[in-house]
Amino acid sequence: MDKLIEILNSLRPGVDFAAQTKIVDDGILDSMTIARLIGLLEDEYDIEFEVTDLVPENFNSVEAMMKMIERLED
Amino acid sequence: MQTILSVFEKTCKDFPNKTAFVDRERESSFAETAVHAKRIASGLLGYGKQRAIAVMIDKSCNCIDCMLGALYANDYYVVVDVKSPKERIESILNTLKNPVIIADEKSEELAKEFKYDYPVLSYNALVSIEFDVDALQKVREEMIDLDIAYILFTSGSTGSPKGTVINHRSLISYVDWVTEEFGFDENTVFGSQTPLYFSMSVTDFYSTLKCGCTYNIIPKTLFSFPINMVNYLNDNRINTIYWVPTALSILSNWKVFDVEKPKYLHTVLFAGEVMPMKQLNYWMNSLDNVKFANLFGPTEATDICTFYVVDREFSDTDSLPIGRHCNNCNVFILKDDGTEATAGEEGELYIRSSFVASGYYNNPEKTNESFVQNPLNPYYPETVYKTGDLVKMNERGEILYISRTDFQIKRSGYRIELGEIEAAANGLVGIKGCACIYDKDSESIVLFYEGKKSDIDAVYEQVKKNVPVYMYPEKVLRIKELPKNANGKIDRLKLLEIFKSND
Repeated sequence: MDKLIEILNSLRPGVDFAAQTKIVDDGILDSMTIARLIGLLEDEYDIEFEVTDLVPENFNSVEAMMKMIERLED
Repeated sequence: MQTILSVFEKTCKDFPNKTAFVDRERESSFAETAVHAKRIASGLLGYGKQRAIAVMIDKSCNCIDCMLGALYANDYYVVVDVKSPKERIESILNTLKNPVIIADEKSEELAKEFKYDYPVLSYNALVSIEFDVDALQKVREEMIDLDIAYILFTSGSTGSPKGTVINHRSLISYVDWVTEEFGFDENTVFGSQTPLYFSMSVTDFYSTLKCGCTYNIIPKTLFSFPINMVNYLNDNRINTIYWVPTALSILSNWKVFDVEKPKYLHTVLFAGEVMPMKQLNYWMNSLDNVKFANLFGPTEATDICTFYVVDREFSDTDSLPIGRHCNNCNVFILKDDGTEATAGEEGELYIRSSFVASGYYNNPEKTNESFVQNPLNPYYPETVYKTGDLVKMNERGEILYISRTDFQIKRSGYRIELGEIEAAANGLVGIKGCACIYDKDSESIVLFYEGKKSDIDAVYEQVKKNVPVYMYPEKVLRIKELPKNANGKIDRLKLLEIFKSND
């Protein structure tokens, strides 16, 4: 979880990501940043996203992202 | 039709209550848009005619109101990318003579930060003014088709931004071609991707004004969520898109059509950069009954000068032609010796058309370099645009793009075509995108690719299989995500910077 927050803060410093539940819906991460995030997550966790994973619900909170990453790691 | 406003007004009469523009906040009918524009125009009248109106508002119905408002006041608009560096905005404003700024709540602070005291008007205040019918009518009577409609500033790889001046005549001629060629009408629903400060936006925006289409501004975040994007296209019954290839490639890289297909889409147009065939093949193989066309042209020809409707199969490593000239737009190819090239011979592309811009604003030097007397016509003054693009014609009479004339790389007498290297690498399965750059200082060809780390050898092998030895890149580098510029295209200058800083 800390690693994920670190990655998010490397893209958007100064945001308390752990407290956010609408990261995409509120535009905290814009489209370019999300594209970069996807690349970073694939590398850092050695996972591969399917197109069905790429929905705002999976990126709106740190919990949702972590849940998705754990699922993809299995 | 003398000005683009007459074109718009005919549509307002034919389809007053039809939805013209859609953004995240609201929808605006043609009639409502016209009222807003006239109110804004009334607020601008006091500043004098043919004045630059710098619109500092994000792509939205409000921004469109201001653009048309400027036209109704017989001013010209300059849409400013509020997210671009402050220095660039300042440089644009300083190039313009006495600009008036229109800002909204979001940009008001920024608009007041500049060195000179430009008048800053607020969208909300302007749009609440009661409009003055007589005064607007008087302005209209004085307008001619040579009046400037807008200025588009191109990024320009070096020095200060160049402002291409487009008048009403160019706009009307261009829009006549594009709407007839692709048969746009009141049933056309555009899903608009390109920013309003980029020349590609002229096509879907002005086609909407002329034909009574619906112009739906696609929220940017959807480009990160392919399934949501397809659902959005379906929910909004979008049937026509004109995007940069990088944006189209997002959907094909994720193979979204294996999961969800657009139900209404029948026309897919693209321009602005080279369309990788592997990506287009996925689109073409996934979707039935869709027309695909490759459009080509500089901002200096309003938007487009040649086009190619895809009518045959291409392999993943092929390049698409840029096709033939548009109606009412003459193009010719001149060799170094000034004579016309025949099929197979390379030369520079020239454009002779009403589509051609008036020149660069406040920049006679650059204007004289590119807007020149027609070299084939010594008899009377006739300006043509010298594109700086190296092209040739194939046996079918289609034009093929080769490279920029001022960016030819030669090695041991051979010319290096970065585009060919890219086409080869892009053909490889698993490569999401690539871009080849040339670093003059180290004389190296550098190929960046977006894909897996382990693909690196395969990329090199793929290039070797498809291009001659003298075109082998010195370096193949993997990048997590190819950087994009504000228009959504691959940012090659940024790649050069990345290469230099890592080398």
